[in-house]
Amino acid sequence: MQVNSPENFTENVSEALAQPNLKKVIRRTTDKAETKRAEAVTNFPEFENARLQGQKIKDHTIKYMDHYLAEFEKNALAQGTIVHWASTAEEASKIVLDICRQHNAKKVTRSKSMLGEEIGLAHAFDNSDIERIETDLAEHIIQLAGDPPSHIIWPAMHRSREDVVKLFREFHTDPTYSEEITDLVRSARRDLRTKFLTSDIGISGSNFLLADSGSSCTVTNEGNAELTITPPKVHIVTAGIEKLVPSMAHAVPLLRLLTRSATGAEITQYNTFHNGPKRANDADGPEECHIVLVDNGRTKMLAENMEAMLRCIRCGACMNHCVVYKHIGGHAYGSVYPGPMGSVLTPHLNSLKVANKQTHACTMNGRCEEVCPVNIPLPTLLRSLRAKSWQKKYEPLTNRFVVQSFAIMAKRPKLFQLLSSCGVIFMKVFSRKGWIKYMPFTSGWTRNRDLIEPESTTFMHQYKKMKKNKSSGA
Amino acid sequence: MTQKYSNADKTQSNTIECLNISEKKVGLFVTCLVNTMRPSIGFASITLLEQAGCNVEVPELQSCCGQPAFNSGDDEGTRQIAYQTIKQFENYDYVVLPSGSCAGMIKKNFIEVFKDQPEWLARAKHLASITHELLSFLVDVCQFEPNDVELDGSYTYHDSCTGYRSLNVYEQPRKMLSQVKNLEHKPLNNHAECCGFGGTFCVKYSDISNEIVAEKVDNVVDTKADYLLGGDMGCLMNIAGKLNREGHKEIKALHTAEVLAGLAPELLGGKDAS
Repeated sequence: MQVNSPENFTENVSEALAQPNLKKVIRRTTDKAETKRAEAVTNFPEFENARLQGQKIKDHTIKYMDHYLAEFEKNALAQGTIVHWASTAEEASKIVLDICRQHNAKKVTRSKSMLGEEIGLAHAFDNSDIERIETDLAEHIIQLAGDPPSHIIWPAMHRSREDVVKLFREFHTDPTYSEEITDLVRSARRDLRTKFLTSDIGISGSNFLLADSGSSCTVTNEGNAELTITPPKVHIVTAGIEKLVPSMAHAVPLLRLLTRSATGAEITQYNTFHNGPKRANDADGPEECHIVLVDNGRTKMLAENMEAMLRCIRCGACMNHCVVYKHIGGHAYGSVYPGPMGSVLTPHLNSLKVANKQTHACTMNGRCEEVCPVNIPLPTLLRSLRAKSWQKKYEPLTNRFVVQSFAIMAKRPKLFQLLSSCGVIFMKVFSRKGWIKYMPFTSGWTRNRDLIEPESTTFMHQYKKMKKNKSSGA
Repeated sequence: MTQKYSNADKTQSNTIECLNISEKKVGLFVTCLVNTMRPSIGFASITLLEQAGCNVEVPELQSCCGQPAFNSGDDEGTRQIAYQTIKQFENYDYVVLPSGSCAGMIKKNFIEVFKDQPEWLARAKHLASITHELLSFLVDVCQFEPNDVELDGSYTYHDSCTGYRSLNVYEQPRKMLSQVKNLEHKPLNNHAECCGFGGTFCVKYSDISNEIVAEKVDNVVDTKADYLLGGDMGCLMNIAGKLNREGHKEIKALHTAEVLAGLAPELLGGKDAS
């Protein structure tokens, strides 16, 4: 698996922009997502109120996190679920692997979970003797391709249909020779069906954890979560502690926001609330149930005034609407979480020193905040990370020098005016027919576009002159 | 206000007063891009504000709104710039800027850097409350209608992000432009999608910015409009620069204020890129 590093963001971006078809395949998905979301919002007149309600539910739960975590644990235990606590990604993935080893598991099935990716489960299994089987169609595709996910909802969006055709022919035991989507889906279904039935342990994530019942909710369109969880003897849930909500009544409004913001659907095909191991009268279900509650930087975010980010319900709307994401795709960010939400999360999951370049890869246009179903002020959070990064002096020295020099001039208006006048004279030297094609120190601009020729002198200069003429004429 | 400028010496050293006397005393913040690159937008702003019945002053000691420092995370640099902006402008009835981006900086962001300084926070909040973007100020506050302006041809409109999303600038420029004779509107596909300028972003991530503006240019060219209009010099410079680089010299970028003040013919005749 070729995984980019967040530290090499600039290089990752160049690679992404050099790929001729990447933008096309990204846009095929994000354009559709944008249109579908817009339709869903139009058809849901209470959307603005729902958003506010969603935000309030999340803010309330985050504020009383300790209370709801304790309540969740109590109720999960009462259902017969074994509850584990993990402070770090390493701890969480070790807990999962230890459970698998205790049961001598040879094969595990996984339904899609970004938290699973975050704690490095895929990697941990690939380095063990336990076979990992991804059952979400897109996750299945990227597992075959050996890719990391490039989007939190559509992890294989960077792959074209042609890629999928090739991969399925190479890896499926009974491959299709058709290139029709329905046939490709059938091929994956054939391949995965036996694996579902022979898996030793099923691992899922969770969209919501309900404190008052101890249940966990999965939201899918393929039913693969249900097949991952039901047949094996053991079910393991891995979930970030921010997935908590007080009760079902609080999960439902968030569910309405989640599906509409993610795919534009009013509801997904499967919304399942899992309630611990199989009971005496149950026809099926796992015999043993574990839940791993993961912190991995989340309580630190609470302590660092980043609690608004813990509202995130992982819908992906911010990346679908981000002009930067739409051109560079998810892999460039070098993180499980790309786009605006990822640029805020990654510095907390990794470190700001390693992931500060992403915080600058934003034009501050505000579109992500506008579409966020729980009103996360993403640009403000990104800016606050830039401020932290500035204080810690993580930016390259040249950037700091340019910005600081500018600030030194700008706080002295007379000097600023003088230098502006000099700037105009300088630019005039390089102007031809109203445009500047090249000028020293401005290659960042002129590499890709022309610079308009300034007027003969600055506004202030012309204005003072005009006033002087007026007063002397009067 | 009156007290501050009763001292004649002080007035002369700090401000350049316009001759109009009227109710609304407006301090014009021309912005650094307009000051350096396109003074005609500043003059157009004065013309329009005066037509709208304002008494316009241009404080001489003005520089930049501080966005390059703020967006780079340099809070101390931003404060240093903001101190003098607040001092220069806080005593006007209104402060007007021909840019949604810079107006947004003063209206929304100054308070961010003064969180821990109650006295300055109060002054920043006051300044925010009297600050307006030019086009929305003309319509929403002054109920201004353009006077007998004419321009042959068609225009398409790019909505700049801060103006559109933070300051609700959308209808106002369109309403005023609809009163310009012989000027037809051709809607722009994805009119409110960022053009990729983003201040320091466009030089820091020049290649990403280039991909974004290239798409904007495609949408602009598709309208077959004669003019690209907008309310922010940064976006206009970016899109115009890419239009020119791509050889679309037939489309001229103008600030809406320039058109409304009747400066377009002079600007188009005076500086023909082709």
